[in-house]
Amino acid sequence: MPVPKQKLILFIISLLPLAWMIIGLLTNQLGANPIETLTRDSGLWALRFLCLTLAITPIRWFFDINLVPFRRMLGLYVFFYATLHMLLYLGLDQFFDLSEIIKDIIKRPFITIGFFTYSALIPLAITSNNKMVKRLGGRRWKKLHRLTYFIAIASTVHFYMLVKQDKAEPLLYAVMVSALLFPRLYRFFQRKISQNKVITVSK
Amino acid sequence: MHVIAKKRLGKMPAGEITDHKLYLNRRQFINAATAITTASLLQSSLVRAAETPEPTFTNLVTSNYSTQASPTPFDAVTTYNNFYEFGTDKASPAILATEFPDKTKPWHVTIDGECDKPGQYDYDDLIRPFTLEERIYRFRCVEGWSMVIPWVGFPLADLIKRAQPNSKAKFVQFTTLYDPEQLPGQRRAVLDWPYIEGLRMDEAMNPLTILSVGLYGRELLGQNGAPIRLVVPWKYGFKSIKSIVNIRFVETLPRSAWMKAGPREYGFYSNVNPTVDHPRWSQSRERRIGELLKRKTELFNGYGEHVAHLYTGMDLKKYF
Ligand code: HEM
Repeated sequence: MPVPKQKLILFIISLLPLAWMIIGLLTNQLGANPIETLTRDSGLWALRFLCLTLAITPIRWFFDINLVPFRRMLGLYVFFYATLHMLLYLGLDQFFDLSEIIKDIIKRPFITIGFFTYSALIPLAITSNNKMVKRLGGRRWKKLHRLTYFIAIASTVHFYMLVKQDKAEPLLYAVMVSALLFPRLYRFFQRKISQNKVITVSK
Repeated sequence: MHVIAKKRLGKMPAGEITDHKLYLNRRQFINAATAITTASLLQSSLVRAAETPEPTFTNLVTSNYSTQASPTPFDAVTTYNNFYEFGTDKASPAILATEFPDKTKPWHVTIDGECDKPGQYDYDDLIRPFTLEERIYRFRCVEGWSMVIPWVGFPLADLIKRAQPNSKAKFVQFTTLYDPEQLPGQRRAVLDWPYIEGLRMDEAMNPLTILSVGLYGRELLGQNGAPIRLVVPWKYGFKSIKSIVNIRFVETLPRSAWMKAGPREYGFYSNVNPTVDHPRWSQSRERRIGELLKRKTELFNGYGEHVAHLYTGMDLKKYF
């Protein structure tokens, strides 16, 4: 199968959660508080796509499977579901009342974190086309996109903080995100150590 | 439900009537705003078709304390529940509590502590002396949503008078059944089981405070706290403890399950108060289940005329 066809399939599959939400809304399957359900579902899907995006590199390292061509789309779906999530909050929780929103961002720590997380997603979404990669240069682009690690940690913290008492589900995501970030950290330090060695030897 | 509401027209105290007008104004505003801002599709799907079963209690006394606001559909009241004894999400209780409480076992309620007439009662014996009323109350959850629920019950004060608390009785403490067999949520230590709640004596004696045994004219379902629960409409919902097995008169302030879980977040009083925020939820507004946009939350959930005097001179920010 040529890559474009696979990409099209992934594109459609990734829209299924949205379709599910819309069908649920139209057929009254979202429970007594549909707005809460939609806010939560969209937030969860943003986080799930984020985990998928972060899984691409470890999968290449450990299983030698190259899914890198799909990463950009997965990342953009993080942005897509996070945008939906944020708009539901702005529109249906706060009715676009700017002063209320600002107060809320300042007052409630989990909203503060959500806000910063979303803000960090914006430059990544903007620089996600080839033109921008070229303009920034591969190195700088790569550096910028390390923001993903911050986003992953911050959105897990956001989730952990908003849950009232039963922290099992956010902890599960925390474990998952840690498992995805740990190999990178390990490699980072290994490289540092080997670099140091090279320097010592050359002296 | 509408039939019951009509019967009471004309008997309403003036305060309730103004309240209703305000409510209508707000309703009109919300409806207009909704029409402008959202697709009609979304709106219509929020109006849930309710199948309300036939009432089984007969001769319920109506009450002047009831609100005229239209009750939240039966369907929503019985499927959207916080009852951690059946799991921490809102849907689990309705799914897991279908057989609760086990009809083959008697339900005992013990009344003890600082009182002259302690005793253990079978559920039927416990409620037999009391006249059951319908009380349509607003119900506000600490999470920022609310409902209007037609409860069936009797004033807690009636029960307290029979138990004859002595002069040491300063508080009433309530305990939910502890039985991980029947209440699977108790197998995980999400809260310090059993669930405990408490009221100050004057709060417990307030005529708004009821013990409820039903809603929508029928016996309580498991997910709503069958067979008997507390309803304190001017406090956040978690004060209205479910499936009670013990009522105890005590001298010192009881520490509730939520106070133990988060002393900074949940106080003993937990009166509905739009000006005292919770770290996770702003309390200034609430989403009435079934409505698209949020409405303003009222101090004491709008029951100030009946309960504000209980707290005169108290700093409600300190005693949250
Ligand atoms: C401006 C930015 C954001 C705001 C204002 C915001 C706000 C919220 C709100 C109000 C909730 C629901 C809380 C509740 O129902 O009790 C929520 C839940 C959630 N949000 Fe956000 N959020 C933001 C950004 C994000 C981002 C960027 C992510 C992930 C990438 C995210 C992931 C989640 C998750 C996973 C949940 C929990 C879903 C659940 O309870 O199952 N949020 N957020």
